[in-house]
Amino acid sequence: MNETANAETILEVRNLTKHFPIYRGFIRKVVGRVQAVNEVSFSVRKGETLGIVGESGCGKTTLGRIILRAYTATDGEVLFRRDTEMVNTFSLKGKELKQLRRNMQIIFQDPFSSLNPRKTVMEIVGEPLLIHGVARGKELESRIGALLELVGLNVKHMNRYPNAFSGGQRQRIGIARALALNPKLVVCDEPVSALDVSVQAQVVNLLEDLQKELGLTYLFIAHDLSVVEHISDRIAVMYLGSFVEMAVAEELYKSPRHPYTEALLSAVPLTDPHTRKVRIVLPGELPNPSDPPSGCRFHTRCSHARDNCKTDVPSWNEISPGHWVACHYAESLSLNGIVTVDRK
Amino acid sequence: MIDYTMQPRRIRELYDRQNLLDQSIAHRMMSSEEIAFATSQWRMMWKKFIRNRVAVIGGVVVLLFYLTALFADFLAPYTLQQRMTEYSFMSPQRIHFFLNGRFQPHVYALERSRDPQTLMRVYVPDKEQPIPMRFFVKGEPYKLFGLLPANRRLFGVEEGIVSILGTDGQGRDMFSRIIIGSQISLTIGLVGVILSLVIGALTGVASGYFGGWVDNIVQRLIEIVRSFPPIPLWMALSAALPRHWPPLWTYFAITVILSLIGWTWLARQLRGKVLALREEDFVMAARLAGAGHGWIIVKHLIPATFSHIIVISTLAMPAMILAESALSFLGLGLRPPLTSWGVLLQQAQNIQVLLLYPWLMTPGIFVALSILAFNFLGDGLRDAADPYTV
Ligand SMILES: Nc1ncnc2c1ncn2[C@@H]1O[C@H](COP(=O)(O)OP(=O)(O)O)[C@@H](O)[C@H]1O
Ligand SMILES: [Mg+2]
Repeated sequence: MNETANAETILEVRNLTKHFPIYRGFIRKVVGRVQAVNEVSFSVRKGETLGIVGESGCGKTTLGRIILRAYTATDGEVLFRRDTEMVNTFSLKGKELKQLRRNMQIIFQDPFSSLNPRKTVMEIVGEPLLIHGVARGKELESRIGALLELVGLNVKHMNRYPNAFSGGQRQRIGIARALALNPKLVVCDEPVSALDVSVQAQVVNLLEDLQKELGLTYLFIAHDLSVVEHISDRIAVMYLGSFVEMAVAEELYKSPRHPYTEALLSAVPLTDPHTRKVRIVLPGELPNPSDPPSGCRFHTRCSHARDNCKTDVPSWNEISPGHWVACHYAESLSLNGIVTVDRK
Repeated sequence: MIDYTMQPRRIRELYDRQNLLDQSIAHRMMSSEEIAFATSQWRMMWKKFIRNRVAVIGGVVVLLFYLTALFADFLAPYTLQQRMTEYSFMSPQRIHFFLNGRFQPHVYALERSRDPQTLMRVYVPDKEQPIPMRFFVKGEPYKLFGLLPANRRLFGVEEGIVSILGTDGQGRDMFSRIIIGSQISLTIGLVGVILSLVIGALTGVASGYFGGWVDNIVQRLIEIVRSFPPIPLWMALSAALPRHWPPLWTYFAITVILSLIGWTWLARQLRGKVLALREEDFVMAARLAGAGHGWIIVKHLIPATFSHIIVISTLAMPAMILAESALSFLGLGLRPPLTSWGVLLQQAQNIQVLLLYPWLMTPGIFVALSILAFNFLGDGLRDAADPYTV
């Protein structure tokens, strides 16, 4: 079911599942479970960017945070490369876990909540260095200065508080913090969703530059396909906790194999107005993740759904090399992609 | 580059060189902005606080109260138990400032007589016999701060009596007793609040941060404690204190009893605050950077709740002071020889006193004043406390 881990693989996720229990009442009885992430499997090569796209509430943040070991998974495993071997991260404790944390970091969606308003930029960016006892005093200050320069912030503003910065600058501070410990993998959880469109490109460009310069691997989460297009090597599409399609970016855009991907693509604004196609508007509401539809989770909103979609869960198949789909009719449907302009 | 600290005159010289001036203004603005941006939370709180007149007055009064308590023995002309039996139930004396056109604060000697109708003892000032008030006079010896032996007092008289708030039935000076009594009244609140703070902060932060069963236990405990009506609970507990305990023990036992309920407020408030903070991404960022619970609590949670802690404890002080007074007034709190405002009020506890010797009620004014001052200060601090909404 998985791509075989080769020497290039840095992260491998196997059948990852996360259910949040819903408690009610005085004795905190479990009355239900939010199925936030369901049997997700993929692997990421060193230096690449895997875009993860899905509507809000489909479990992207949860997925990222399980990988970072912020949440414990209900089931499945996450393997992360340490030198030559792949280590099961869920088994790490104490020192080893702390070491793992140096290697994977996060950039948050919300530029406000992610920075403590009571700390100066210097304290914020320096915190990971202090936690790991990497540097102190003058050495710490010069490293913070270097990090700020790296993300394009004025070193002189080190003693300012976050409220003195714009959203884009705040994200840069968050990026500097994430990079402080020289991580290998960075989970970018919708890093530009909260920013003005004019600023979004700058931050995405910065992330791309940093990736090239530092050899970073990105899990780049976004809620629509327009943002991830430029930065992603491969893209995975998520619906209601499950991956429905994953392919090399160009292929996913040109020839999607899942009706949900097609719908998302139809919403991407095109640069050439003559190639405009009809936007596919999905019928109905996003189902409640605590009570997902039977069979294929997408069947309630799928125009191609047939009877067996309501009962049988589609398997996660590699229908052509590197192109994974979870749809009973992936081979037979003819779906419309879009032609994207310039790719990196 | 222009030195932006230059003198105004020097700047005027540059007036015609327009571009240089522009540059200098730009530079000046930058630097003042820089200062504003680097303003810490505390400085912003302070700025907001001092703009609130009532709160500042409250703060000054509170400060004066505590300074008075600190230097009580020096400020009081008499000791707590000093009896001037020939002057019992004397009404407050007027102080006159000018004698024969010269500044010389003085009181008049008193003639004792009885009111022919009520048969009450009255004191008539004898205008012929002014008694000058002396400053830094030698009085009964005392120990300043309970340590340094001293006998100088701020003011006093060499003969007769000076009693600006009157005396009680045993001829003890009310002013001295109130001032010295403030030591206990004001510190019992302080100690009680500190005690509630420690308990409340620990349980509140733990409850909010760890959640789960820790939270459950703490919350149930708070509900149980809160379900008792406080006054009867305090009464029962203090009534249970052994009568033969030395005064100091009773004092501490009373503070413990008072803080037994006080901590629940703080715990609840802090829990709510920490619950919200826990969900902030910057806490997640610290965790994912490898920080332990201790780091997160000390570096992120406590500093963010610090202003709340201060505000809540300031607002808790009046309740403590009032509770002590109430308990002592009911004869269940402190007992003589310990002297607090509540104890003083307890001795003024009948209708006869109210009618004939109303000045014995003055400790009540001090209770009210201190409570008002604390409330004003606390409200001001609360308004100033949140310059940022996290
Ligand atoms: N800590 C949590 N406890 C309970 N439910 C949660 C928690 N975090 C997320 N969820 C639920 O899991 C689902 C996925 O959420 P999330 O991963 O944040 O989605 P996304 O990032 O794609 O918007 C949502 O239904 C959300 O309500
Ligand atoms: Mg999210």
